[in-house]
This record gives sequence, C-alpha cells and structure tokens, in this order.
Amino acid sequence: MSKLLQRREVVEELLAERGNLLVIAGLGAPAWDITHAGDQDLNFPLWGAMGGAAMIGLGVALAQPKRKVLVLTGDGEMLMGLGALATIAVQKPRNLYIVVLDNERYGETGMQETHTAHGVDLAGMAKAAGFAQTLRVNTRAGVSRLKNLIHSGRSALFAQVKVDAERLPLVLPPREGSLLKNRFRAALLGPDAVHQ
Amino acid sequence: MNPQPDMPSAAGLLYYRARSLPPIHGTQMKKTAESAWPGEVHALLKEAGIRQVAIVPDAGHARLIKLCEKDKSMRVVRLTAEEEGVALLAGAWLGGEKGVLLMQSSGVGNCINMLTLPIACQFPLLMLVTMRGDFGEFNPAQIPMGNATQAVLEALGVIVKRADAAKDVTEMVSGALRLAFNTYRPVALLIGQRVLGAKDFRKLTESVPQ
Repeated sequence: MSKLLQRREVVEELLAERGNLLVIAGLGAPAWDITHAGDQDLNFPLWGAMGGAAMIGLGVALAQPKRKVLVLTGDGEMLMGLGALATIAVQKPRNLYIVVLDNERYGETGMQETHTAHGVDLAGMAKAAGFAQTLRVNTRAGVSRLKNLIHSGRSALFAQVKVDAERLPLVLPPREGSLLKNRFRAALLGPDAVHQ
Repeated sequence: MNPQPDMPSAAGLLYYRARSLPPIHGTQMKKTAESAWPGEVHALLKEAGIRQVAIVPDAGHARLIKLCEKDKSMRVVRLTAEEEGVALLAGAWLGGEKGVLLMQSSGVGNCINMLTLPIACQFPLLMLVTMRGDFGEFNPAQIPMGNATQAVLEALGVIVKRADAAKDVTEMVSGALRLAFNTYRPVALLIGQRVLGAKDFRKLTESVPQ
C-alpha cells in the first residue's frame, strides 16, 4: 500500500521555481501550507470567505489572461462553493488551475470527515461541469506531472490531490486583509496600484 | 355534491387572485421598458472601466445585461449563486480590473458571509440590486428577504443607497460607483420595485412572457 502524500511536500513541490505564478489559498491548512513554502507578495492567503477561493482565482485569471493563477484549497472549502465549478467551466479560463488538497477532513474544526471521505468525487464533478483537464493525484510522480501541467498550462485544470490528514504546526501569513490585498496588487501591477 | 362548483383550477386561481386587485398606477412594465436608465447605466459603467459583469439575472436588469453582453469591453460572468460574484470581483480587483455585480434582492441573502471578504480587506465592490418584496409585491415568498435587504447589508457594514424613481437611477449609480472605487468599500445600490414596476401577474397568466 502506498503512503499517502504529505500536503506540505506537495505544496512545496508545486510552488518551487514558481516564477511569476499568482497563488490564492483557501482558508485554513492551504493558507498555512503556502506560507510554509515561503510567504510572498504574490500569495493571497484567505482567512475567511469559505467557498470563495476558486472564484477569486477566476476573477484574477480573467483580469490577467497572460499570467497563470493557481488556487490551492481544501476539500471542505471547495465543497462549500461547488457552483464555482460550473461558473468557471463556462468561462473556460486558460490560465486558471485549481488544486484541492483533499484530506477528507475539516482540519481546523477538529478533523471531522467531509463528503470526500464518503465517496464524493470532486474531480469527477469538475469534469462533468466541463473542465478541460481534470485529474486525481495520489503519488509523487502524479504531483510532478501536475506541476508540469500547471507550468505548461493551456486550459483550465482541476486536480484533486489526496493527502494525509496530518495535524501540522500552523504557519501563519499576515492577517491584515488590506496588507495582503495591497502587496499583491503592488507586486502584480506596480507600486502605483495602491493609489488607484 | 360539489360544495364549491365555481372553484377554479390552480392556474385559474392565480389569475383570479391577481385580477382581484387593480393595477398599481404608474408602474406598468411598459413604462419600465421605455425608461432610459439601463442604457445610461451601461454607458456609465463602460466609461468607468468596468470589465467584469457578474450576474444572476433579474427581470429588472434584463436590458442592462443585454447591453453588457453586446459590449466587447465587458466580460459577463453568469453565476450559480450571488456570493460567487462577491469573490469573483475581489479577484478582479486583485488582478487590476473593476467589476459590477448585478442581482435581485433575494440574492443578497446568498452573499452575506462572502461579503466579509471585501469588508475585511477593503475591496471596492459595486452591487446593483433590483428589489423584490418591495413596492407592490405580489409574491409572499419575496417579502422576507426584500424587507430585510437593506438592514442585513447595513448590519454587515455595506454602504446602502436607494433609487426609487427611474430618473434618479443613473445619478445614484454614478455616486455608488465613486463611493465603491474611491473609498474601497462594498456599496449596494437598491433599485426599488417602484422603478421596475410591480410584476403584473395578470399579464403573465394571459401570455407566455418573451
């Protein structure tokens, strides 16, 4: 039996040599994971807005068609905003890649099981919605392939990465929303963006 | 024995009940169709550089939505629920674009927790909300949310303005747009049912709406 993927190893690999990738992280563990991999201005970690990560990614992707946008989020967060799969599939953004780190748990609230622990197939739902590329990942080789697909991406992608339900030390990004917003905009759009 | 020989069918009952009240003077759908505000608001949004138009349709927004769909400088994003639009437009601003969210007042209820995002991060957000459960409403199911729309938004800290006459809508949109994008806040403009016309169910029972 193969060992389950460790979420922080997955995120570190996906974000290594990330270039100018724009990264949105859903609240909770994915926000801590991207911060663990290295907090930076082009990260937008969420502290709330559960169910909104993928749609925030769509807004960025439509505004910045020449940049690649990676949304890293959890299974609970994605389950709360499933309608976004339909909305994004209709828009067909070529530069939006959604990766769900699926530990089958609500990690921040006591590791209660989510629907994916009971067979709900998020990648299948994304495929049925019309995503051009959908995949399930549960091996290191699969993570490398996913990384290549993101970096060479030409159409919207949805990946469900099965990860271990570990309890990990929190690695917190800044909490102040205006700071997170303004540093992202300044890094992406130039220092004058905060005066617009 | 039939105790109620004149009892109409369900559709007939709707017709009967709608017919039992006279039309509200000055709020016919025909008058709404002739109103200039959708065209003026579209021009205003275009001039302000609005690029992403997030929608859950409402009859009151139908003409504005058509104008935005025809406009190549705008991207219309149809949502499954209104809260998606709140998140979308936060992303638009992060990416350097402006947007607008068009919805019916019932959709405000679907947005509540997501509105904490633009409030906590001071994202500009312009919401144009056409009212139901408001002036002259026919449908009881629209009343609870329509009645609560303004109070709920204000309880969260969203700035709320209202336009209750067609002649005021364009100016109020202009003001709401400035408030949102100059002061980095969510702003909702409620467009009253008096502007849009109370839905005339009598006509709807007589013909299939186009």
